[in-house]
Amino acid sequence: MLRYVYAEDLHRFPKLRDTMFRDRADQFSARLGWEVNVDENGFETDQYDALNPLYVIWEMPDGTHGGSMRFLPTTGRTMINEHFSHIMGGGTVESPLVWECTRFCLKRGAPAHVAAALMLGGGEIMEGFGIVNFVGVFDARMVRIYRMIGSSPDVLGSIGEGRDQISVGLWDFTTEAKAKVAARAGLTAEQSRMWFENSFGRAVQPSDTNWAVRALA
Amino acid sequence: MVTNSRLEEILERLEKADGLEGLQSSIVSLRDEFAIDHLVYHWVDSLGAHSGVGTYSLEWRQKYEQQQFHRVDPVILGCYQRFHPVDWKQLDWSTKAARHFLRVATEYEVGNQGYSVPIRGPNGQFALFTANHTCSDEEWSAFIEEHRRMLVLIAHYFNEKALELEPDRAPEAAQNLSPREVDAMTLLAMGYSRAQVADTLSISEHTLRVYIESARFKLGALNTTHAVARALSRGLIVV
Repeated sequence: MLRYVYAEDLHRFPKLRDTMFRDRADQFSARLGWEVNVDENGFETDQYDALNPLYVIWEMPDGTHGGSMRFLPTTGRTMINEHFSHIMGGGTVESPLVWECTRFCLKRGAPAHVAAALMLGGGEIMEGFGIVNFVGVFDARMVRIYRMIGSSPDVLGSIGEGRDQISVGLWDFTTEAKAKVAARAGLTAEQSRMWFENSFGRAVQPSDTNWAVRALA
Repeated sequence: MVTNSRLEEILERLEKADGLEGLQSSIVSLRDEFAIDHLVYHWVDSLGAHSGVGTYSLEWRQKYEQQQFHRVDPVILGCYQRFHPVDWKQLDWSTKAARHFLRVATEYEVGNQGYSVPIRGPNGQFALFTANHTCSDEEWSAFIEEHRRMLVLIAHYFNEKALELEPDRAPEAAQNLSPREVDAMTLLAMGYSRAQVADTLSISEHTLRVYIESARFKLGALNTTHAVARALSRGLIVV
């Protein structure tokens, strides 16, 4: 299942949290060879994890991490604006309607539907909060995975060659793309919406009475 | 019916505001333009001092303070240090204290619907921009669906202004458009369509959209036309 969790609430899911930061170490340090910081617990974290970002996490049936990504609004500190401005031709991307998505991570050997389920979670965020785009940094080796799940980014700029290429990408999420990604994830729109509502509450509550009346009943 | 030209006029006034009175008069005008019960902007600066402007009654503000409702208010508890906008019905009203708060708020005519936009500013600054109204759930959903992006942008424009008014704030250079934003805005100002701009810059229309979105925000504008006008009048682009 998908969970949407702010950093400050991760302590409620210790197993999910610990396995996420270990899987991130495995992906970004061991497999991709990025120069990231891995601590004595084997957790990969960076300065942006300390800014109370929102994580979207796929939880495996045993409560461990299957895949995840991290969101921050581009009106605050972001990796693209602080470290990758030059790739985007200089300057910054800033809007409360554009969020940064980073640390897209899949557990080693994660089932094929996990990546698509995460993308679907990104779509829920766009729909639920009126977000127009996500921007983020990605590695050349992720291109194939994004293509496979039907959610290839537009590239705002790249550096490096071949396997070492790092790009800043842009995702949006149309209704057609949603159907495609949901099919890849093997999930229904209702299921996905329910997980989103489990984390954020229900904004639409069909009923004859007003919500405040019900809340006070 | 909300008209863009009226909203733009109000935002122009907000931008020229040099004190709380300007923020207050702008928020009242906006509330009238949206034709809803209330609009409120409340912030805590980096030193922890609270301030607010908006249309809640003096009685309600006094009651809120006197009862120290901020300790139980689900809007505060659910939004603090977060960054996604919330419809009040999404929050946790299950505790006795929260329901008491809701009952009193209703008595003081806060409205039975609410939508709040949390904003995280620099150095621990935090703000909430809230719209309230009295209507059915369906009518509120429709209102939010239509106006939420606008409300999110306006919320941030109030915050930019509030930050500017903070004492001891180092004057900042006007927010700069990136080179690609300058290119996009320049071509739009020349009357190119989005498709033509994208084609000229050899980028997709999706990519163009993110540059326009970012430029619109940096310029404090509501839509593309407004953003182009502001970029021109500030001399950020030349055609």
